[in-house]
Amino acid sequence: MTDAGLLHDRRAVAGVVRDIVAAAKELDREATFMEVCGTHTQAVAAAGLRRMLPDGVRLISGPGCPVCVTPVGYLDRALALAALADTVVCTFGDLMRVPSSTATLEQARADGARVEVVYSPRDALERARNAPGTRVVFLAVGFETTTPTIAAAVAEAEANDVPNFLILPGNKVIPPAMLALVQDEELNVDGFLLPGHVSVLTGWEAFRFLADDHHVPGVVVGFSPTDVLRGVLELLRQRRDGTATVENLYGRAVSPAGNLTAAELVDGFFEPADADWRGFGVIPCSGLTLRERYSNRDAGDIPVELPDPKEPVGCRCGEVLRGVIDPPECPLFDAGCLPSDPIGACMVSGEGTCSAWFRHERWRGEAR
Amino acid sequence: MKDSTPSRVLLAHGSGGRLTQELVQQTFLPHLKNPILEVLSDSAVLPELPPGRPALTTDGFVVDPLVFPGGDLGYLSVVGTVNDLAMAGARPLWLTWALILEEGAPGDLIAICVEGAARAVDEAQVQIVAGDTKVVPRGKGDGVYAVTAGLGVVPPDRDLGDHRVSAGDAIIVSGPIGDHGATIMACRHGLGSDDLRSDCAPEASLVEAVFASGVEIHALHDPTRGGLLTQCHEVAVGTGLRLVLSEEAIPVRPQVRAVSEVLGLEVLSLACEGRVVAWVAGSHADAAVDAFRAHPSGREAVIIGSVQEREPGQVPVVLETLAGGERPLDLMSGTDLPRIC
Amino acid sequence: MCLAIPMRLVERKEMEGTVELDGVRRTISLMLLPEAEVGQHVLIHAGYAIGAVDEDEAMRTLELLREYADAMEDL
Repeated sequence: MTDAGLLHDRRAVAGVVRDIVAAAKELDREATFMEVCGTHTQAVAAAGLRRMLPDGVRLISGPGCPVCVTPVGYLDRALALAALADTVVCTFGDLMRVPSSTATLEQARADGARVEVVYSPRDALERARNAPGTRVVFLAVGFETTTPTIAAAVAEAEANDVPNFLILPGNKVIPPAMLALVQDEELNVDGFLLPGHVSVLTGWEAFRFLADDHHVPGVVVGFSPTDVLRGVLELLRQRRDGTATVENLYGRAVSPAGNLTAAELVDGFFEPADADWRGFGVIPCSGLTLRERYSNRDAGDIPVELPDPKEPVGCRCGEVLRGVIDPPECPLFDAGCLPSDPIGACMVSGEGTCSAWFRHERWRGEAR
Repeated sequence: MKDSTPSRVLLAHGSGGRLTQELVQQTFLPHLKNPILEVLSDSAVLPELPPGRPALTTDGFVVDPLVFPGGDLGYLSVVGTVNDLAMAGARPLWLTWALILEEGAPGDLIAICVEGAARAVDEAQVQIVAGDTKVVPRGKGDGVYAVTAGLGVVPPDRDLGDHRVSAGDAIIVSGPIGDHGATIMACRHGLGSDDLRSDCAPEASLVEAVFASGVEIHALHDPTRGGLLTQCHEVAVGTGLRLVLSEEAIPVRPQVRAVSEVLGLEVLSLACEGRVVAWVAGSHADAAVDAFRAHPSGREAVIIGSVQEREPGQVPVVLETLAGGERPLDLMSGTDLPRIC
Repeated sequence: MCLAIPMRLVERKEMEGTVELDGVRRTISLMLLPEAEVGQHVLIHAGYAIGAVDEDEAMRTLELLREYADAMEDL
């Protein structure tokens, strides 16, 4: 077994779980920890970690899925743009099956809308470069991990004079959403597993406020089973000891201050703005818009006809995203809302809370 | 007969007139000829079938890109058809091969596909006995599509199928999974590799070798579209039984895993075009692995799981994870899209 | 969020790099990590290198995990 294999080695995993069980006994009451990263949701589910935790240690998912927190209105606008004659919409695969007020991008493509899946914003830029008469709009969705890549693509478009490359801004910033979570009276979270790759960009100190101002512990962790479990162990120990600090257990990738080159680049093209998070409403300063001097690259300024935004009836994605309920408590879960036929955004991509639960946690339907 | 392929496909090549005749005579027949095909009549009249039950399959091939490391649409179309027959326990005999060409498609591409089909026909020891060519206007096709039918015979003593799968069966795979799917996705998304090749290959002779060993085989499937995950899910749902797979046991080449990680794809749903998954009587599991490994196409065969009774509320397919946990393996919804989250 | 894979930087020409994992190669941009050095392991997300892997920290983590694994083996 190679060294890197230790990250998911079953004996190493069993060892950490043993310490978790011991720490949980010492705590002597229930503890609920929240992860706020869709990739963590996926990683936990894929390794079957939830079932390894002892009774009394609960792991819930928060608004870590950028696709899930993208409001219906954004998708409506994307669809409207895709229907314009001289326009191609390029998007990450993650967005293709998200329901809008009418159809998904995948359905729209089947109906003739020009929608293309790309792996990188650079691919969209290349598309624009190769077709000067076509307006290419990249759907800019994602958190701090992805935003710099979009800023870099815009920078390249500027430097190489590619005027037909635009973005539809939709990027969001995590810390303000976490502030909303700690201030949410309905939610009682004992600690956070902090997003590993967002932290690569922001630095782990961006999350210190949770402990310093709100006395809630946080641990930055990576994505292997042992990474996540070591995070749970650290949080349990902090709860046991009554401490609240933010610790970095992903030192191999995360530094205190993060990626300054990326931060500067983002700052050059974007500025903070209020943003609408599905399930939360508007969170101040939690989104990013293009600076005024780059407004020619803002596809949000293109006039389009939009339907009245329509949220699905009965959908409780909002409460799921805030960690207030588990997916099975939504009346639509597995009763009309399925990964193959999603009604709400939480069911769409593999790392949406409901989708991950449906695929991996749906044992005899019990909520934990 | 000389092989002189036109430089590009024209609409007239599909009209049945002189150009069609030339295409058949000069591009197809030199590579695919056999006494039945050469008659070139409206229907192929076949010799009497060997004893047993006839098996018939049909398949469409729309692979993109048309040529990839390890194969091409022509080779794949024959292999896929032959393997469908082999999975039913049939000995493949005769294929039909219909091409739908796009106006403007380069002749070289057609030649590659024809040569690929010829190579597969030779390896699988079958014959293409009837063919057809149509041409659609530019923009209405994707270079080449192929549609096949395959006829084989299931020998009298054989009864293969999901109806025979039962609790206690062992699940064996003949080699590493996902090679074809990973190769195709790598081509489509700009990933380079010297070590990625489609696994597409005819499996009929491997299947016959395993039958000859006397091992009790209950069912065979080739995990093509949707990969191992989809195939197992279909068997579990169809039989009402529960399949338990071991993540540690499922062989995946490092370069295939790398492609799945870089693109964010589920590795278990990547297609194979030259692998056999076998459900065998539990007591014959080790003997079955030996029989697979004795054949050149099955050297890396391994037991990957088992079949159990399914209690109400249990999910049909479960993966015992590397980390020591368990997760249900559900069907993928829609196509495999590269993800960043 | 999000999916980022550690891959080794095997070649670079200004801001363009080639990264490799188990023989699979991809061209990526180094615009967000201009200081990246050939031979380093970097995290790749959406076609960009977003950070470098700290090999010493990686070793520390693996040592810790080896201790856990060995301890469980002795049981």
